[in-house]
Amino acid sequence: MSIGPGARPLDAQSPEVQSSGVGSPGTQSLAIETRGLTKTFGRQVAVDSVDLAVPRGSVFGFLGPNGSGKTTTIRILLGLAAPTRGSVSLLGRPLPAGLSATLPRVGALVEGPAFYPYLSGEANLRRFDAANPVGHPSTRAARVATALERVGLAAAARKRVHAYSLGMKQRLGIASALLVPRELLVLDEPTNGLDPQGTREVRSLVRSLAAEGVTVFVSSHLLAEIEQMCTHAAVMSAGRLVAQAPLEELRAAGCASVTLRTPDPERAAAVFANLGLRMLPALDDELTATMPVGMEPDQVVAALVAAGVRVRGFGVTEQSLEDRFVALTGEGFDVAR
Amino acid sequence: MPARPITGALLASELALQFRRRRTWAMLLALAAVPVLVAVAVRVSSGPPSGRGPVFLDRVASNGLFVAIAGLSLSIPLFLPLTVGVVSGDSIAGEASQGTLRYLLIAPAGRVRVLLVKYAASVAFCLAAVFVSALAGVLIGALLFPIGPVTLISGTEISPPAALGRLALVAAYVSVSLLGFAAIGLFISTLTDVPVGAMAAAVVLSITAQVLDSLPQLEWLHPWLFTHHWLGFIDLLREPVSWDSFGDNALVQACYVVVFGALAYGRFLTRDVLS
Ligand SMILES: Nc1ncnc2c1ncn2[C@@H]1O[C@H](COP(=O)(O)OP(=O)(O)OP(=O)(O)O)[C@@H](O)[C@H]1O
Ligand SMILES: [Mg+2]
Repeated sequence: MSIGPGARPLDAQSPEVQSSGVGSPGTQSLAIETRGLTKTFGRQVAVDSVDLAVPRGSVFGFLGPNGSGKTTTIRILLGLAAPTRGSVSLLGRPLPAGLSATLPRVGALVEGPAFYPYLSGEANLRRFDAANPVGHPSTRAARVATALERVGLAAAARKRVHAYSLGMKQRLGIASALLVPRELLVLDEPTNGLDPQGTREVRSLVRSLAAEGVTVFVSSHLLAEIEQMCTHAAVMSAGRLVAQAPLEELRAAGCASVTLRTPDPERAAAVFANLGLRMLPALDDELTATMPVGMEPDQVVAALVAAGVRVRGFGVTEQSLEDRFVALTGEGFDVAR
Repeated sequence: MPARPITGALLASELALQFRRRRTWAMLLALAAVPVLVAVAVRVSSGPPSGRGPVFLDRVASNGLFVAIAGLSLSIPLFLPLTVGVVSGDSIAGEASQGTLRYLLIAPAGRVRVLLVKYAASVAFCLAAVFVSALAGVLIGALLFPIGPVTLISGTEISPPAALGRLALVAAYVSVSLLGFAAIGLFISTLTDVPVGAMAAAVVLSITAQVLDSLPQLEWLHPWLFTHHWLGFIDLLREPVSWDSFGDNALVQACYVVVFGALAYGRFLTRDVLS
């Protein structure tokens, strides 16, 4: 796990996890790279020294609670907003100089879809396609039809967007990101407003795109979604990048906790303290403690038995990604700023 | 990257978008209604010409070709700036408030191209507005009044076809008159995400300029106002044609296009699109 500068250090980060993070590969293999990316609105710092490194070919989940700066980061990545400080390079080219060359290779959905309500879905796509310098006008109709087909909107193609449901608009937005073959897709909360079928379709769409070698950068605050489709994830909190790693490492970095049932709680507590386990408030004859990263539960049991603690029950609870997320971004429901 | 065909495709898309909108047709219809109202009013009230009212109103009854001129001069102070202000004020701000601006930019249309295409579409609307207004005037004039040789201000008589040629000149003059204002509208439109605000600001500005133009104390300012030459097309109805006001008008409009075009460029190219 690599931690952005200024990010508060995670407790018990082991060095081996640190080294195998995504920061190491050369710039060529990064689809998105930011250094010290900062954006302020007046006095408010919306994005604070973010160092993103999105490897090519990854499905990269960009997590964070409401108002943590995900959309603002995405706007900067796409050249819609200029960073206050820091640099961005997209598909190996520094911005803003490389924008006109890279953007045709990038499909994006930013802060929900937006269309001309008085035009049909098809006419909307034709307009955005006309704005793209890549793709010949003679094949425009075919591109639009294929994109509509891909998101399951072929039947509603001639309906005015005005009469589309939220999920249909969301699908149309994804269709417009898929008008031409892309190397990178940036999707800001793509499943917002979709029905369960739509959510599943988006997931399988993302998977099939990833299988074709497209890098997908997807923001969300839905952990289950990220867990199901991403290979990497980064977590934002109050404008800062607090974690960034392959998903497996993020999961592993979470500490598991053990629950022990024993008539000898004092002796067990001493063993736990020796091993470096952190005790949580106890219930009657049940002790709960969190294990440090990298410790195996068998070690704990062996130590308990060796110390003569009578073990009547022993359980291990892996920390879910959700617990991890909450641990990283804070418990409160209120928006941080 | 082939810039030309793309600009062409985007321009075609923009024009199709603009002229497919009901709003555009409603405004063109309203502009066409002005000469029709003039003609009908003159036709119904058969009293002797009073000599007041817009230019040539008193001659409408004797020659239908004057309806178009009278209609245009009636539309110039308010209806034309109103409709052009709506179109140009909405051009960028409307896309921004709708959220489609960000999708155009990441398509990527390119900011310069978006600006150029939007201005071109506003100009196309100016042309359409003046054309529709003049055409409606000619048609209703031919329908309700006799058509015959036209007596110019200088007293010379010209044939109806020659008079139509003069009308085309006047239409060109009025269209050119609006170019500076369209550039102002475009600039205001880059300042905000609220299209109604941009439209209102543009229209208010056109009215303010006309008010300033009518204050004798500000005479030094008058030649620099974009509205100053708006009614100067009369000079095209003399024999021989006096091109002075056409040239002055074109020069003032060109200055406004350059200055406000540059301001719009400076603003739009550096602006964050956050809508
Ligand atoms: N145009 C703006 N002007 C001022 N502040 C803004 C603007 N846009 C965003 N912010 C602020 O920047 C912060 C980050 O906003 P952002 O939209 O990036 O959050 P987000 O992570 O996308 O949230 P969500 O999950 O709700 O979409 C917020 O505190 C927000 O108030
Ligand atoms: Mg957001």
